[in-house]
Amino acid sequence: MSSSGTSAAKAALIGQLSANKIPARGPHWRGEQVVDMEGVASPSAPTSVEEERRAQPKASALQGMGIKKAYRKGKTPVPVLHDVSIDIREGEFVSIIGQSGSGKSTLLHVLGTLDSPDAGEVRLGGKRIDNLSARRRDALRNRHFGMIFQFYHLLPELTTLENVLAPVMISEGMFAYRIKRRKYVEQAKAILDRVGLSHRLKHKPRELSGGEMQRAAIARALVTNPRVLLADEPTGNLDRKTGDEIMSLLVSLNETQALSIVMVTHDGVIAERAHRAMRLTDGRMKAA
Amino acid sequence: MYKFLLCWRYLRTRYIALASIVSVTLGVATLIVVNAVMAGFTGEMHDRIKGVNSDLTLDARGLNGFKNPEWHMARVNELVGDRIESMSPVVYVPAILNYRVSGQWITQQVTVVGIDAATQASSSKFSEYLQHPANRDKFSFNLHDGGYDRRDRTGGDEAPVRVGMEMAGWELRRERARIEKQWQQFEQEAQNQAAEEARNRPLTQAELAKIQQQVDQAPTELEPLLELARENEFNREFALAVGLYQKALAVSDGAAAIYNELGMCLARQEKHEEAIAALRTAANMETGNIAFVNDLAGVLVLAGEHVEAWEWLSSSQSTGIAHSNMAFFLRSAGEGLLAQEHLEKAKAAGLLIQDDEFDFGPENPGDSAVPFQDPFARDRQRGGGRVFDAEVDQHTGCVLGMALVSFRPPKKSDDSAGEEHFMVLPGDDVRLTFPNAATPPDIINDTFTVVDFYESKMHEFDKEFIFVPIKKLQDLRGMIEPETGERFVNSIQIRLKNPDEADLVRDKLREAFEPQLYQVGTWRDKQGALLAAVNMETVILNILLFLIIAVAGFGILAIFFMIVVEKTKDIGILKSLGAHANGVMGIFLAYGLSLGIVGAGVGLIAGLLFVTYINEIADWLGRITGKPVFDPQVYYFYEIPAHVDPFTVAWIVLGAMFIAVAASVFPALRAARLKPVEALRYE
Repeated sequence: MSSSGTSAAKAALIGQLSANKIPARGPHWRGEQVVDMEGVASPSAPTSVEEERRAQPKASALQGMGIKKAYRKGKTPVPVLHDVSIDIREGEFVSIIGQSGSGKSTLLHVLGTLDSPDAGEVRLGGKRIDNLSARRRDALRNRHFGMIFQFYHLLPELTTLENVLAPVMISEGMFAYRIKRRKYVEQAKAILDRVGLSHRLKHKPRELSGGEMQRAAIARALVTNPRVLLADEPTGNLDRKTGDEIMSLLVSLNETQALSIVMVTHDGVIAERAHRAMRLTDGRMKAA
Repeated sequence: MYKFLLCWRYLRTRYIALASIVSVTLGVATLIVVNAVMAGFTGEMHDRIKGVNSDLTLDARGLNGFKNPEWHMARVNELVGDRIESMSPVVYVPAILNYRVSGQWITQQVTVVGIDAATQASSSKFSEYLQHPANRDKFSFNLHDGGYDRRDRTGGDEAPVRVGMEMAGWELRRERARIEKQWQQFEQEAQNQAAEEARNRPLTQAELAKIQQQVDQAPTELEPLLELARENEFNREFALAVGLYQKALAVSDGAAAIYNELGMCLARQEKHEEAIAALRTAANMETGNIAFVNDLAGVLVLAGEHVEAWEWLSSSQSTGIAHSNMAFFLRSAGEGLLAQEHLEKAKAAGLLIQDDEFDFGPENPGDSAVPFQDPFARDRQRGGGRVFDAEVDQHTGCVLGMALVSFRPPKKSDDSAGEEHFMVLPGDDVRLTFPNAATPPDIINDTFTVVDFYESKMHEFDKEFIFVPIKKLQDLRGMIEPETGERFVNSIQIRLKNPDEADLVRDKLREAFEPQLYQVGTWRDKQGALLAAVNMETVILNILLFLIIAVAGFGILAIFFMIVVEKTKDIGILKSLGAHANGVMGIFLAYGLSLGIVGAGVGLIAGLLFVTYINEIADWLGRITGKPVFDPQVYYFYEIPAHVDPFTVAWIVLGAMFIAVAASVFPALRAARLKPVEALRYE
């Protein structure tokens, strides 16, 4: 974690932001709470705040408890996760390191309710979410999780701006969206500006570079103002420099918005930029 | 919202899907066109059928009908009077139509319909289909001077020329009568001449041999021999008769009476010399027989031997009678003045003579010399009863179905419209033969004058019906009760104020009139088979065409499956973003619906445009292919009738959209069931 320079003023501002934000997060996405982040774009964060955060144990944001998962290959079950437990605190940036096939993506999917565990529980803010109905899990994923992927997974038919707005369109009905469209577009533009893509609003994904696509994916993940950002090898497909930029962006988001981030990667260097790194080997979790 | 956005983007980026709905478009367009044309044809056909049939008919079961139509009409009025526009009694009878073309008699089976000229027009569209403008206006069974339509008036200049119609009417009738008279005269002259020639011709050897053979075979007894001879003489087989008389002479050893008969037989052949020889023999054998003398004298006068004739007469009878007989013979020989002289002398001799005694008719003995005389010439000279003259008189009028007597030659090689020819034209006479109302029926024959043609363009009617005045038909068939003078009719035609109530009125009338005697039916009931056939045709065409759209549905299904496979990753992304399975399904259903709307919409527009310009398109296709697509000669239409029924069109469009949506259900379900993890796992 890099930190360069301290500023009492900035620290105060960030503290204020966090104070405003975290308690206000409700079950619904509230665009009006996205504030202008000009001036807080610096990846640096005051050490004092970090230390403060570490010192005071915060509430658990996302918990996986005793998760087991096996895939079936014909009739033989192929175990992927053996009793994995993980606890991500509010505003914590956790990275999970693992080799290919270690089950790290599966774990991320289970945590993000894209997949359900064979055994164990997933809790969001202390409430169990893995056994909810499909519809409620869909809604939960829409509002409280942001996801980014190694291959960006943008919708090729939509422009950058539309891709970013996609989660909002999904959560809102047609008429509600129409009515509030202008506001949503403003917010999406602000977020794209934040990730440095304000010049690429009308471009289709195929016209963007890898780094730009990943930035767009991050903007999309952020547009619903989620609690937890799940990142699956976000730099896996990027060169070192671009990967570093993406990482810096994630770190700054974590710091400025106190966003909880779970990132899986096979790259130890990348993983170290998180507050905490864990290692997943053959479906078992160890502290890195 | 994302559903529609994505759906729209998919539509815009995947033109292959649009290709799959071309068949929907074509299906919809074809269905609309076919239905419009079928509806047009059916409507036109209904009109034509209704042109002959009124909304409802009350028919008798038997050919001889029921008595007192006024009572029946009063009864109908009593029951459903408020719904009835008009009623008209009608007599139907199967008949045979005879007419002569180029000397050949043509015979056709028809149905004669007796109508009332005044009321028929109001109970059906009858008068609209006539060929004379005045008849369309107000129909009557009187022949018009002229002015019949020269082309089918519904076809304008495109319609073929109707040959002869320009002179139909009185002009034609006068011309035909004049020619007929000339022809008769000519024929008569020719006949006379032929008879003359036949008499004067010397017999050939073979004929003589044949006659000799017949004479040899004749009986040898006198009486049968004479019988045979007289019979042959009567049949004008004079040569044979003479041979037989001669044989009789041989058998009887020369009886005077047979000489006399032989002489008269020869005289009828105008072989005067031989006749005189034979008669003279008879008169000499029995000098006292005044009959023989008179016969001899008559033939002598004809031969111009007045002196000898007078000698014979004066030597055998009193002067007065001799003068009277002489005058008679002279008159027969055409010597009127001499005859008058002898008549005076007879009067002078004290014989009482009536003035008109010598006013000979053809039955007089001299007739053998005068082969033809007009039997009514005397009546005419005396200005007696008026005799029918085709130049100024018409028979009872009748209206023929046009197809009965017209024909259209096949198209010419240069594709120009052929001409329509008629075997009978207004102004000509036709003969109708039909049974009368007796039991068992007798045959009635009568001549009618064609006053107009009826053309409903419903071929079955146009070659079936002949309309005549109902009173005339009733009189001819004896459909009148002699005691009361009440008339019979077969049928009462009823026109309703609201034609849609036909079934209702029919049911009411069925209750009131015994089904054993009466048949109540709407025009639909009568033409049930035809209408059912057309309906069936429409239904089957619709089913077939909808199957085409269904095939298009399978195309959509296949293409959608491919799109779902292609979009597996997108579906995973959407689900990871929190899209619900229903939402994902909605994308593809909306996609299918959009394709359906586009396909059906384009098809709708194309179909309606096609129907609007159908005649231009048919012409154009005809020009391109060199073969007329729609030949008015065949269909009797000059424009393709098309009627767009909004209801049908709505059904077609909705049906097509339903098929498109139904075809997208399976792919959409598959998309909805995709597990996001699986969708996202592989790159």
